[in-house]
Amino acid sequence: MPLPKVPTKGSVTRRGFAVLRVAIWEEPWVFAFSVLASALYGAMTVADGWALGWSTDHVIRPALERGDTTFGAVASLVSLFLGIAVLRAIGVVGRRVGAGVMQYRLQATYRQRVTRQYLKLPLEWHHKHPTGQLLSNANADVESTWYPIAPLPMAVGVIAMLAFATVAMFAADPWLALVGCLVFPMVFVANVIFQRTLQPLATRAQELRAAVSEVAHESFDGALVVKTLGREAAETERFKTPTFALQDANIAVNRARGAFDPVIEGLPRIGVLLVLLVGVGRVRSGAADAGDVVQVAFLFTLIGFPIRALGWVLGELPRSVVGWDRVQRVLTAEGGMEYGEAKLTSSAAARLDVSAVRFGYLPDRDVLAGVEFTVEPGRTVAVVGPTGSGKSTMTTLLTRLVDPEEGSIEVDGVDLRTLARGELAGSVALVAQTAFLFDDTIRGNITLGGDYADEEVWDALRIAQGDGFVKSLPHGLDTKVGERGTTLSGGQRQRIALARALVRRPRLLILDDATSAVDPQVEARILAGLRTAVQGSEAATTVLVIAYRKATISLADEVLFLDEGRIADHGSHLELQERSAAYRELVDAYEKDAARREEEAELAAELNDLDSEGASA
Amino acid sequence: MSAAEATRLDHGDEAGGLETLRQGLRVSPELARGWWITGLLALTMTAGRIVVPIAVQQTIDKGLSGPGGPDMSFVAWMCLVCFGGVLITAVASYFTTVRLATNSERGLATMRIKAFRHVHDLPVLTQSTERRGALVSRVTSDVDTVSQFLQFGGFIFLVSLGQMLLATVVMFVYSWQLALVVLVCFIPLFASLRFLQARMSAAYGVVRAKVGEMLSAIAEPVVGAQVVRAYAIERRTQQRIDASIEEFRRTSTRAQAITGITFSIGGLAAGLANAGVLTAGVLLGVGGHATLGEILAFMFLVALFSDPVQIATQVLTDAQSAFAGWRRVLGVIATPADVVDPGADGVTQQRGPIMIEFDSVDFAYPEGELVLRDVSVRLEPHRRVAVVGETGSGKTTFAKLLTRLMDPTSGAVLLDGVDAREIAFSSLRERVVMVPQDGYLFDSSLADNVRFGRPEVTDAQLLAAFESLGLTDWLESLPDGLDSPVGQRGESLSAGERQLVALVRANIADPDLLVLDEATSAVDPGTEVRVNAALERLMAGRTSVIIAHRLSTAEAADEILVFDDGRVVERGPHADLVTAGGVYSHLHDSWIAQRSSS
Repeated sequence: MPLPKVPTKGSVTRRGFAVLRVAIWEEPWVFAFSVLASALYGAMTVADGWALGWSTDHVIRPALERGDTTFGAVASLVSLFLGIAVLRAIGVVGRRVGAGVMQYRLQATYRQRVTRQYLKLPLEWHHKHPTGQLLSNANADVESTWYPIAPLPMAVGVIAMLAFATVAMFAADPWLALVGCLVFPMVFVANVIFQRTLQPLATRAQELRAAVSEVAHESFDGALVVKTLGREAAETERFKTPTFALQDANIAVNRARGAFDPVIEGLPRIGVLLVLLVGVGRVRSGAADAGDVVQVAFLFTLIGFPIRALGWVLGELPRSVVGWDRVQRVLTAEGGMEYGEAKLTSSAAARLDVSAVRFGYLPDRDVLAGVEFTVEPGRTVAVVGPTGSGKSTMTTLLTRLVDPEEGSIEVDGVDLRTLARGELAGSVALVAQTAFLFDDTIRGNITLGGDYADEEVWDALRIAQGDGFVKSLPHGLDTKVGERGTTLSGGQRQRIALARALVRRPRLLILDDATSAVDPQVEARILAGLRTAVQGSEAATTVLVIAYRKATISLADEVLFLDEGRIADHGSHLELQERSAAYRELVDAYEKDAARREEEAELAAELNDLDSEGASA
Repeated sequence: MSAAEATRLDHGDEAGGLETLRQGLRVSPELARGWWITGLLALTMTAGRIVVPIAVQQTIDKGLSGPGGPDMSFVAWMCLVCFGGVLITAVASYFTTVRLATNSERGLATMRIKAFRHVHDLPVLTQSTERRGALVSRVTSDVDTVSQFLQFGGFIFLVSLGQMLLATVVMFVYSWQLALVVLVCFIPLFASLRFLQARMSAAYGVVRAKVGEMLSAIAEPVVGAQVVRAYAIERRTQQRIDASIEEFRRTSTRAQAITGITFSIGGLAAGLANAGVLTAGVLLGVGGHATLGEILAFMFLVALFSDPVQIATQVLTDAQSAFAGWRRVLGVIATPADVVDPGADGVTQQRGPIMIEFDSVDFAYPEGELVLRDVSVRLEPHRRVAVVGETGSGKTTFAKLLTRLMDPTSGAVLLDGVDAREIAFSSLRERVVMVPQDGYLFDSSLADNVRFGRPEVTDAQLLAAFESLGLTDWLESLPDGLDSPVGQRGESLSAGERQLVALVRANIADPDLLVLDEATSAVDPGTEVRVNAALERLMAGRTSVIIAHRLSTAEAADEILVFDDGRVVERGPHADLVTAGGVYSHLHDSWIAQRSSS
């Protein structure tokens, strides 16, 4: 059977049921198991009512009337009720466990599919979608898609329960059964109306929670401005608006709950009273026994609560459909890189040829156009250009994170597009400005699962000027970084990212302002170390560095001056300084910027000291 | 949470449940408002739940087995009375829910606002950017947890408790022997409740930890999209994600299984009680000590008794996380602010030329070394002072003390002879304004951002402020002028333009003392020229202190303060200092060297 289709149009309920069909299709056996367990639970609930009616007529009343009973009668009573309770408990456990298994399996399956898609889709696709949205697609949206699965087996069990109950009631007395036929649909309808009323109110509260969070984030982020202008009270006023709106929204949710809950709970109670009233008449006319009345009344008490499960499923459907749509947007996204078969076999420094490259993120707006240059093996080239000139875009092209729209990029004369998957990463390493660290140990962050000896890792760290601080960490290379580990400064993170590239002994190393958070003195040492390492080792490296500091630029053999997506000039630093006014102006501006960065580093260091002082206290 | 934060923030962490409640009520008095009315209403609504068992008993004993056969009119009357009872219950239930929600939501809103206001007074907010996320969750998700608990768990807890108590009372009225049987049958459940609840909490604790791990693994291919591709580690990343997703699935399923078993045990206890009641009832009834109606009513009462017990395990688990959240929020409110506004007791100063004096000021971060040592300086009105020094020399600390973002560890900062700690914030923030390096912009219009310090300023005054800084042409170059949206954190503007906004903002605030943390930007030389010109005009006629990063700024100042290792080692105009052969001449030499190194 093929995967059931979820219509893209139509009523929420219809589409919601289609999503439920998908769930059943994905996990048919678990669903069957939990529905069976739930049906057992439903049957035993009805059996409880029936047992009470039976024992009233056949054991209790005769005993009370005769003033005597037998051991057998009492024993049958005990075993009947205990037996039903045990079977019912088994049904409950089976139903709950089954629902849990199904819900969490579906969540896991879809999370894995979504994240596979994230890894497969090209970087351009990632750039078009905000990080927060992608994270919530994989987490919250998957979760809400399968919310109705938790109460689904119970709801199906309730339908079985209602069927059994109807049979049992009609068997007891048709008139009493009619009362049931009146009350239960009313409970069901009240439930559906309740869920439909609640849904928009709950959504509104959810939105306001986000609004409260937004103001808090913004206000705390801008704390310095708030404080220096003495606007704390005004900010508090601003925070009050969404806070009070959220307060009112939460009260509105509870008003709805307060209005519907007593109705939904009260209907079965009124039903019991009706049963008693009608029952007395039926008993008087001799059509029914006291046991029948008690049985139906007891059934009402037992079924009143579970019947709500139907409302839970229906109430969750709108949220489920929204989640499904969001998840599908990721799962149906097209795209991905095509790979060839070619290999890079050389072990010497790489040669880079860029010819007539054009690239733009938006139509009609080229970020790079007509870019053409060659880097000879073993050379160090600095790329210099104002913000928005296309420097970072160029690094993504050189590492084939994106493909050019026109032109070609070749390493050792091989077009990147013809290389086999993973082949380029063996030769070319990119270190970006923002060092992304994984929630892993320092070693794991450097090796990324590759097979490197500790010695190689330390060597890489030494060149990156990171060996000192790593040694001072409590667990050295095994120190966890990131969310639940040691907090590292920006400069330390950059050095780990650099070591990550160096340990691979790349034949072409691309640094995209990769040492921006490092002290200038330390940066100078890194670059010097890089040069000796590069020149000293047999497998020399070609280096392309996007630079913002004069010291970095002057270390390069040649400079590419990029302006508005084109190569404005190409030559040595001194040559460019000589002949290009724009270049001189830019490098001057860099110098001033360096002072600012230094100051930031000072502040960061101060905060860092404060952190470590606090932590050691 | 780092150890540092624990020592600096969460004071309420060790508080017990009752202590938390007491503190909570102190912060949010609304919670207890008219509690006895709510209590009475809650009692009324639980009373309605007892109606059904009583009606069953009355019908069986009096209606069905009346002296003249089934007594229709008696049952009709009784049902009518009970129907009234159900109606009253429904009404009481509505008002209980609404009252509880209203009081708790109002109380929590008060707490949220108090916490928000207090966070702005905490030094961690401006000193440690990394902890801002934690502070945001104090006023958001932590309060939401408490809110959700009070509305659902707390409500159910209240109702269940009343329901159980009433059911017990009615049981004892009907038959103390049968009541005892029921209680005995529930003993195993009560006994296992704590154990089961502990298992449940532990299981959900593991789940919460695994959620965190899963979320950070899921973030890897999104946040680290570039690294993952550049290093071709898709497979390894997928393995890590799959493993974390699988761990979450496994632990969640396990927690769900424990919950399922817990819930089924309640049903088992009810079954046991039913069997016990019927057996004992038959034996008692045979001896004439119980009627059929009473025995059957017990079956209905047992149902009232067992449901709450089952729910209680869930409620207790929710309660634990709610109380933990509540403690965290109260902890923030209880954390003393380092810099306190003297408020109404404070001095309100005359506006006008300002004189600043540092009197033997020492400063050290808590448990840290001295950052400033014995600084005594006097800055005369209408002077332009540049503060220079190497990284870590203490010049940023100097500015923070000057603007009272922090207070000295010893010594005093005096404004016109008055200790800054004694001046009301309203007066101080009017006289002294700092322009930080990064002039943070709020996601709003340009006009709103510029008048942030003084919202009452008219558009005409705003235009005049732009004009007086020579920025009218820039303003006119923006598509929507004053109404131009600046985007989140001002991202629609360039870094240089954000500085311009910060300068106009300071101009609108019109302080007596302007403290500038000099910001330079290399991105756009054109804007840079504008910034410098605007800065020059802003400082004209004002006392100003600039933390200088540029030689030219220091040169242009009337006076330079040179910091070294937490002390003021030199002061005077550029011309004097540059030839003095001290720290400043040394700094100057290296600047010159850097500049000509090309």
